[in-house]
This record gives sequence, structure tokens and C-alpha cells, in this order.
Amino acid sequence: MSTLQVSLYRYNPETDSAPYMQEFQIDTQGRDLMVLNVLELIKEQDSTMVYRRSCREGVCGSDGMNMNGKNGLACVTPLSDVVRNNKLVLRPLPGLPVIRDLVVDMGIFYRQYERIQPYLQNDDPTPAIERLQSPEDRDKLDGLYECILCACCSSSCPSFWWNPDKFVGPAGLLQSYRFLADSRDTATRDRLADLEDPFSVFRCRGIMNCVSVCPKGLNPTRAIGKIREMLLTNAT
Amino acid sequence: MSMRSLTFDAIIIGGGGSGLRAALELAKSGKKTAVLSKVFPTRSHTVSAQGGITCAIASADPNDDWRWHMYDTVKGGDYITDQDAAEYMCSEGPKSVFELEHMGLPFSRFDNGRIYQRPFGGQSKDFGKGGQAARTCAAADRTGHALLHTLYQNNLKNNTTFLNEWYAVDLVKNANNDVVGCIAMCIETGEVVHVKSKATVLATGGAGRIYASTTNALINTGDGIGMALRAGFPMQDMEMWQFHPTGIYGAGVLVTEGCRGEGGYLVNKDGERFMERYAPNAKDLAGRDVVARSMVMEILEGRGCGEKGDHVYLKLDHLGEEVLGKRLPGIVELSKTFAAADPAKEPIPVVPTCHYMMGGIPTNVHGQAIMQDADGKDQIINGLFACGEAACVSVHGANRLGGNSLLDLVVFGRAAGMYIEGALNEGIDYLDASQSDIDSALARMNRWNESGNGESIPALRAELQDIMQTSFGVFRQEDHMQEGVKKLADLRGRIAEAHLPDKSNAFNTARVEALELDNLMEVAEATAISALERKESRGAHSRYDYPDRDDANWLKHSIYFPLEKRLGKRDVNFKPKTVDTFEPKVRTY
Ligand SMILES: Cc1cc2nc3c(=O)[nH]c(=O)nc-3n(C[C@H](O)[C@H](O)[C@H](O)COP(=O)(O)OP(=O)(O)OC[C@H]3O[C@@H](n4cnc5c(N)ncnc54)[C@H](O)[C@@H]3O)c2cc1C
Ligand code: SF4
Ligand code: SF4
Ligand code: FES
Repeated sequence: MSTLQVSLYRYNPETDSAPYMQEFQIDTQGRDLMVLNVLELIKEQDSTMVYRRSCREGVCGSDGMNMNGKNGLACVTPLSDVVRNNKLVLRPLPGLPVIRDLVVDMGIFYRQYERIQPYLQNDDPTPAIERLQSPEDRDKLDGLYECILCACCSSSCPSFWWNPDKFVGPAGLLQSYRFLADSRDTATRDRLADLEDPFSVFRCRGIMNCVSVCPKGLNPTRAIGKIREMLLTNAT
Repeated sequence: MSMRSLTFDAIIIGGGGSGLRAALELAKSGKKTAVLSKVFPTRSHTVSAQGGITCAIASADPNDDWRWHMYDTVKGGDYITDQDAAEYMCSEGPKSVFELEHMGLPFSRFDNGRIYQRPFGGQSKDFGKGGQAARTCAAADRTGHALLHTLYQNNLKNNTTFLNEWYAVDLVKNANNDVVGCIAMCIETGEVVHVKSKATVLATGGAGRIYASTTNALINTGDGIGMALRAGFPMQDMEMWQFHPTGIYGAGVLVTEGCRGEGGYLVNKDGERFMERYAPNAKDLAGRDVVARSMVMEILEGRGCGEKGDHVYLKLDHLGEEVLGKRLPGIVELSKTFAAADPAKEPIPVVPTCHYMMGGIPTNVHGQAIMQDADGKDQIINGLFACGEAACVSVHGANRLGGNSLLDLVVFGRAAGMYIEGALNEGIDYLDASQSDIDSALARMNRWNESGNGESIPALRAELQDIMQTSFGVFRQEDHMQEGVKKLADLRGRIAEAHLPDKSNAFNTARVEALELDNLMEVAEATAISALERKESRGAHSRYDYPDRDDANWLKHSIYFPLEKRLGKRDVNFKPKTVDTFEPKVRTY
């Protein structure tokens, strides 16, 4: 039983009027391949099938996709983690426009990231050496800065599906909190002011889909909770 | 056919660490510039760098001195490091690292709040006389990720223009051999445009994918090298490929030298810490070339681990979960995923794996690309710049020290940006490209688009990678290399007739892979011919048939001329401006 049944989402805007699922039989020779390896085998059979990939080790965030119903990175997902009854269904990340096959348009996701001003702001004069930061303060960035912008979280978030233009989404908010939590950043007040409206943060319903899919084990829901707390304290 | 053109003052091809650092400089200058990258910038290979950025910021040791770092760099490069370039990098380095911190890079910290530094291979105090130094600045074991995201974020802050998921196909030259831009393809739509620019920067990174087993990302196909070679420009020191001691056996994925910096060590099948025999002083932290060769010797002499005896073990369990969790969290993750080993409990199987290209486009410290005139004198190539792994400035000589690439990226990315800004202010005026100049840059792409039948791209790529792996690995010898060169020549003919079945426009990754295959071919051939012709052993280039370093004949850069497929020599710079020359010595650790 080393033949894997793969069902793959196909759509080429130049030739297809609608997307469809295509079946492939893949001989894994009994190996517990990564899903990315399976895609490589499929591409050898059919070079018109397209997907993104770069690092092949889970650090660049290129190959977020939906594997048997769950978002994750193809390159660090072994078949044994997702395949059930010898079947693997591969779809593009949900909620984002499809460009072709497994490749989605990440524009809206990136715009929400840019919107939170994802860079350190500090008005104090720059010292001649580095700014000092205690190990305890630095520890506060762990679990935040490691985000690889793969969009697995935001594209699994119902609130993001309905309001991708107004709700920042888990990835953007995690990065927002990464700068709010940084002892070197002095723009806290402005950052919070920008998030006060009913949508940017408060659309989060605490459903935690984001946490369960993040391939880096990060916790956007907790970060969102912290931002809420800061917003509420700020308001009083 | 009417083709759109886009016009910039400067175009930076590559959105990795070096390209983004150059772009930042130019964005601040107000010049019309853009970064063109085949992947979204944070997906560039720099994101994978783990261990850190080496620089004498005098944090771990308040008495640290950039001159000691320079000494290590020159010695590490087995004395074909250009000393003016190493001097520039090591002395300017601290400024660049502090700048990164000011931009927000989340470095790990010491208790006193300063940047955390760890020991790496080949590092010493007091010009090799003061013992092991700890000079590699780190953000846990995710330094490349932290660095690349920080640079991308600061480019957003400075409103840099990005052409993301655009693929640069070939350089465009005018009648005077000046580079005046490139042909590029928007991957999403397939549109092909002529990008006109007064300065074209190749920041396209490495080419580790010429080998079957590599730590490099799938996108590391040496596109910038291929473009420059096809334009007829020479390459320097292409035989110098670094094999990293600790690639995960089977997967090729890297585990950082920082593992050994934090106290890990290598053992053979008898559990012996064998590096004590090969490098009594530095042991596991000797130069990478030295450690990689020692591992291969252990394996060849029957002391390798595993069923086939074809790898060794990296032992980390004695460091304890806390150190592993705090200093090496990414390694724990990678080891569990790719070696099915929890390093807190069991050793990681590792084997020397292709990692870094020391050679590349020869440049000066301003990033200006260089060729040789008829008398063998350096001559600037108008309009062409290079930085990062694609360039050979050369700070790494015959063997790069760990952590020195990230420093190279930011120091020389910045230097190139500053130089271009100055040159643009003074005014640059090159002849426009004619239609036939543009057509010749389009020829290769048109060939693929018109291909009707022929061999398949993945199969040819696999064959190329096997040839390189077999004939141009850690140890090399004449007859194997000659055979390799012959096979590559044959392969070149077949690739020229290979087939691109998918001719569609929208996000056609098969077309990208076809164009990349041509570049792999160029890099492989330049490597092969350079390796065959350098008849000595130096740094990463190790030959059974010429086991010794030959300073009388080869204290030189090699320089490969693609049109004649000929290897020449170029002088190494031994004239730093502010310190005495480091004279070549026997290299021991
Ligand atoms: C696993 C690993 C770990 C490492 N760890 C360290 C470390 O700890 N310390 C250290 O100093 N060094 C380390 N290195 C080396 C270092 O990471 C690289 O040398 C460095 O990141 C290269 O940066 P770059 O800017 O030159 O290129 P890259 O980061 O590779 O970027 C190349 C860019 O060029 C673009 N590009 C390429 N071709 C084209 C084209 N045809 N058209 C358009 N765009 C194109 C790509 O999209 C990309 O944006 C490591 C390397 C590896 C493999
Ligand atoms: S917790 Fe909030 S952000 Fe996360 S998936 Fe649910 S609604 Fe979205
Ligand atoms: S938070 Fe996790 S899932 Fe979301 S983009 Fe970042 S790495 Fe991906
Ligand atoms: S290819 Fe980089 S995360 Fe999967």
C-alpha cells in the first residue's frame, strides 16, 4: 500500500472557467515523505501544476496550503501527520483569491501586515553602540518575532474571511504586539490609537483556529488578548 | 512585438539580506530604485541563516578588536582573502551591526543588556595567540530570519519599491559593453519587460543547488552568476565551495555551527571525539574545511556511524534542555522534523554538505563588478554591481568563516548603495540599448518558449547535480574532474535542446525552472573548470593529487573566462590601509 491517492485543486485562469479537483496516484515507495516531496513528484508527471516553495525547511513561509482540511506548510508536514485512509486532499489556503492551482494572491494579507507599521519606532537619539535590553525584556519577544508570514493563521480565521480589509487578522496582530511588547519601541500610544476601532482587533472571536494551525507554534490569540487589555487600560 | 519598459536609476536584483541592505541606502537617497525578487523578500535564502553574524562589537569580550577578526578572516580564507576588503568589512562591521539593532533586530542579550555573542569556528583573540573568541552576534538560532525581516520592515518604512515575484532573465548590454538593465518577467502574469537602469545590482545569492545534497534553498540556482557569465563577464574563485560539516544526513538541512559553539561536539561510531586528533587546539571549532575533511577521513577509514557507516554524530544532549531551548530552539525543531531525533536525548546524524559559494562576480569594495582587460589589468564593468553571496569581493578567500556572510551582506550591501548614490549624483550617462541588444538578451527565453520536444527539465537537473556531487565534492582528483567536465559539456548540449512543455503565462513555475536550469549549468561548468585547473589544495579546494598549498604558483584568485572557457589568475590584495599585511603562514588550528 505505498500508492497514495492525491486529490489536487486545479485552476489555470487562462484555460479553466472554473476550478476542479484532479486525482493523482503517487508511489511513495513506503517512505514517510513530506507533502512538499509529493508535490515535487506530481510536478514531474505534470509540469503545469504550480505551487510556491523556497527553503524546504519551514522557515520561509512560501508553501502554506490546506492539507486534508488543515492549513500548514507542505515542506515540514510528513504524510503520517495528515494522510487518512491513504488519501490526501490539497487545496490552496482558504479565503484568499487563487492565482493558479495552489498559488494564492497574498496581497490583502501583506497589506494588513504593512498597516500595523511593522518596524521599530524610537524617537530617542541613537546611541553609539546598540540600545541595551535586558534578557527579561528580550524574552517578551519570544513567540512573536518568529512569524514567517505564511498566512496559515489568517486564512483559517473566519473573522478574516468576512472582513479581510478591516480586521487586521492574527498574523498582523501578532506582529503588532511584537512591537508593542518591545522595550525599545516608543510608539505604543500611536500603535494603539490605530487599532481602537471596532474592527481592527475587536473582530477577533477567540475561535483559536489560528493557534491550532500555526506551523511555528505561535499564539496569535494570546497576543490579541494582550492588545485588547492594553486598549482597554488605555481607554480608562 | 511591443514590450513594455520600466525605467529606474538603479535596479537591485535580489531581496535577500544584501539586496535589501543596498535598497535601504538607495531608498533613503530619494533615487528612483526598485528591488526585483523572484520570491517575496522574506522568503529569500537569508531567512535560513541560523547561527549569527560575526563582528567585533566587544560585547562578550570588552577588549575585542576588529583586527583580530580580520586576522581570523584572512587565515580562514587560506590567504587568498583580499586584505583591503577584509579590513573594510571587519572595521566597518560594528557600525552595520549596531544599525541593525537600531532598526529593531531582536538580538539575544547578555545580562548586562548587550548583544549576545557565541563562539564560532576559526575565531581567536590576539591574532591567534589568545585562545577561542566568542564573536558571533545571535538572535537565538534564527539570526537570518531576524535580520531579513528587520531589513524588509525598514524598507517598508522607507517606501522602497518592490517588484515581488519577478524573475530576472538576462542582462542587457549596450554597444559599449556597459550594463544598462535587464530583461525580467512578472511571474504572476508572464509579462516580459525591459528594465532600464543606470546601475544594475546582482544580489541574487548562492547556487548550492548545483549539488545533489545541499543546505541551500530550492531557489538558490545562481541566477546572477549565470546572467553575468552569459553576458561574457568573468567569475572569480569558483572552485571554492564550502561544505558545511553539519548537514542533517539524508535531508541536507543545516544545523548551525553554533551547536558546536555552545559546546556540542562530533563523535565517530566508537563515540570518540575525533576532532581532538585533527585539530588539537580548536577541536570542533576549527575552520569548516578542516572539520569537513576530518569527518570524511573518519568515514573513509571505517569509523562512520549508521548501517552504511556514511555519517557521524553531533552530540548535544549534554547541553541540557534549557540551553537547547533558549539558544538552539530552531535546531531542536529541525532535528525532530528531519532526523527524527530529539537532540536533548540523542545525537543528530550529520555529514558534510554543500553550503556556500566563496567565489562569484569579482568586485571592489564599492560593489563595482570587475573584468580584466587584454593586459590582465582590472577593469570596471560600467553599470554592473554585485553584493552578497553572488559577489566575490573577496572577504572569504578559499574558505568562509561562520557568521561572516551575514556581515558581508550588510557591510557591502550598504557600501554598494552608498557608491551608487554618489555616482548617480555625479551623473551617469550610458548609450541606450539598441533593439538588437535587447533581442540578444531575449534569445534564451525565446528558445525555451519555442521548444517543441526534447528532454525533461527535472531529469537534466538531477543529472547535473549528480555529476557535481560525484566529481567536485570535498576531495577532488584530476581524472574524476576531467570526466565531470566532459559530462557537463555533453549536458550543456542537451540542455540547449531541452523541452518546456508548459507555455502558459500565469504563474508558470516550469518556465522559471527552465531558466534556472540554464543558470545551474553555467555555475556548474565554471566551478568544474576552475577546480580542474587550480592545481593545489587550499581552503575548501582539496585535491588528492595536489595535496599541498602552492603559494609560489597559486597565492592568487582564479578567474574564469566563459567565452574561451579558460582559467586565468588575478592578484590577491595584500595592502590593507591601516594595519600591517598578514603574511601567509601554514594554517593550523
Ligand atoms: C542553512 C544556512 C544557514 C546559514 N547560516 C549562516 C549564519 O548563521 N551566518 C552567516 O553569516 N551566514 C550563514 N549562511 C550563509 C548566508 O545565509 C547566505 O550566504 C546569505 O544569506 C546570502 O544572502 P544574499 O543576500 O546574498 O542572497 P539571498 O538571501 O540568497 O537572496 C537572493 C535573492 O535574489 C533573488 N533572486 C535570485 N535570482 C533571481 C532572479 N533570477 N530574478 C529575481 N530575483 C532573483 C531571490 O529572490 C532572493 O531575494 C547560511 C546559509 C545557509 C544555507
Ligand atoms: S482567535 Fe481570533 S484571530 Fe484567531 S482564528 Fe479566532 S477569530 Fe481569528
Ligand atoms: S503567526 Fe504562525 S501561522 Fe500566522 S503567519 Fe505567522 S507563522 Fe504563519
Ligand atoms: S518551503 Fe519554506 S516554509 Fe516550506
